[in-house]
Amino acid sequence: MNARTVVVALVYLLSAVLFILGLMRLSKVRTARRGNAIAATGMLLAVVGTLVELGRVDYRWIVGGLVVGAAVGALAAYRVKMTGMPELVALLNGFGGAASALVALSVYWSDIVEPPAVAAPDAAGAATIGLSALIGALTFSGSLVAFGKLSGALSGKPRSFPGLHLLALALLLASLGAIGFFAFSAGQATLGAKVLIGLVCASLVLGVLLVVPIGGADMPVVVSLLNSYSGLAAAATGFVVGNLLLIIAGALVGAAGLILTRIMCKAMNRSLPSVVLGGFGGEVGAPTGTEEYQNVRAATPEEAAMVLEAAGSVVIVPGYGLAVSQAQHATRELADLLEQRGARVSFAIHPVAGRMPGHMNVLLAEAEVPYEKLVEMEQINPDLKDTDVALVLGANDVVNPAAETRKDSPIYGMPIVQVYNAKTVFIVKRSLGSGYAGVKNELFEAPNASMIFGDAKKVLQALVAELKLE
Amino acid sequence: MGPYLVGLYVFVLAAFVGFEVIAKVPPTLHTPLMSGANAISGITIVGALLSARTAEVSTGNLLGALAIALATVNVVGGFLVTDRMLRMFGRKR
Repeated sequence: MNARTVVVALVYLLSAVLFILGLMRLSKVRTARRGNAIAATGMLLAVVGTLVELGRVDYRWIVGGLVVGAAVGALAAYRVKMTGMPELVALLNGFGGAASALVALSVYWSDIVEPPAVAAPDAAGAATIGLSALIGALTFSGSLVAFGKLSGALSGKPRSFPGLHLLALALLLASLGAIGFFAFSAGQATLGAKVLIGLVCASLVLGVLLVVPIGGADMPVVVSLLNSYSGLAAAATGFVVGNLLLIIAGALVGAAGLILTRIMCKAMNRSLPSVVLGGFGGEVGAPTGTEEYQNVRAATPEEAAMVLEAAGSVVIVPGYGLAVSQAQHATRELADLLEQRGARVSFAIHPVAGRMPGHMNVLLAEAEVPYEKLVEMEQINPDLKDTDVALVLGANDVVNPAAETRKDSPIYGMPIVQVYNAKTVFIVKRSLGSGYAGVKNELFEAPNASMIFGDAKKVLQALVAELKLE
Repeated sequence: MGPYLVGLYVFVLAAFVGFEVIAKVPPTLHTPLMSGANAISGITIVGALLSARTAEVSTGNLLGALAIALATVNVVGGFLVTDRMLRMFGRKR
């Protein structure tokens, strides 16, 4: 071990420490921004360390890749709207996965397939190449499908066909078999290359099959799970190139993704397998969604404004509809007006409201709603009994009392924001259409509830205009 | 103990560190934490940099350069966008 190797190894260790310190600070509001900067510094150190490790080589490809990547990444980060955040996170995730798979392929092609070939990897080494290709490729294609669903390019509805899960299972087993075969045939360049290409194709299809049957409201789980996979892919690549920093960072991200996944599942009272297997309980959900609504009251913005004007306390429950109509600024304007009139305004945040973990928090932060006003579901539920008006903005399943009362409902057991306890409930919604779960929402028929039909942003603007008139 | 076993030990221990560090994250930070962690998973850039070090136009180098580009998008985009979000969380009206 010469001096340079030692220095580089120590730099990698320092960068691993910075990642851990960064993540620690990222989990507290006050220090989060610094935490992110610390983690970024760790990454910069790692890159510099790698360049030192490389020494004098030809930098053509490296500089090309770095420049193009940095430009695209910076452009995407600055241009994305806050409402487009879930898509961007999914896409970046996919890129990370793809990069991990490509490194594994590149190593194999450079070392074995293309001359001058160096010594073939041992069985364990070849298996890590296969594993890295598998996880990386399925993270990539899965993230692309998630991106499509989140951006609206693909339908958000769960898509399935008979035998989908069987096919996915078969592909997974075949892929693992291919890795096993590759472990012992990696020395034969032509055969090994074919097996590896086949493996990548199978993994890409597998990634698609894993995400396609999962519907819009389950997206927070999928996005967190894919996040975890991208970490695992990086760790697998660490085994391929023999770098402990990749293994450490990959394991950290894998664990972080898994924790978020668990939080999301808990918030929906669903097990991870039931989410991954897709759909919302299958047949149970479909027929209940077609039930007719009776005795639904509709209110105009004028009527709602009169009630809001007199309210001493207002709880706003945002949902995906708020993101769709980009109504976060209008929401804040309304909240400000109500507060000026002496009302106490808070926001009830269901953990799975929106399409990614913390989606509503990001949107409302963009509109400069102080985060102290955002209250978690468990904390706000006891207060709702004493709340004058609950204003539900584009949320549906997360306020559906059926989750508490109807044992046969597919969403039974999911914790909800108990807006039905408020004196008056206004639900801003385009139509009576059912939410993602396809379940009728009995809240809409409740005697203390009124619907305000329309696009969330337009309704809010109308409410603001009415309140200003007074 | 061979390098793969050492790697496995490190992986398992690091996963436990990850669980401990992140377990108590408040919901407000779920999105930034996810995109920050996502940027860290771009660490695969180190592997990518090691795999395109000659000038020739070969499949190995092309794959490596593409890996570098994609990993860089992940890293740069991930950290910048996380910072953008956290800037919003921090400011006061």
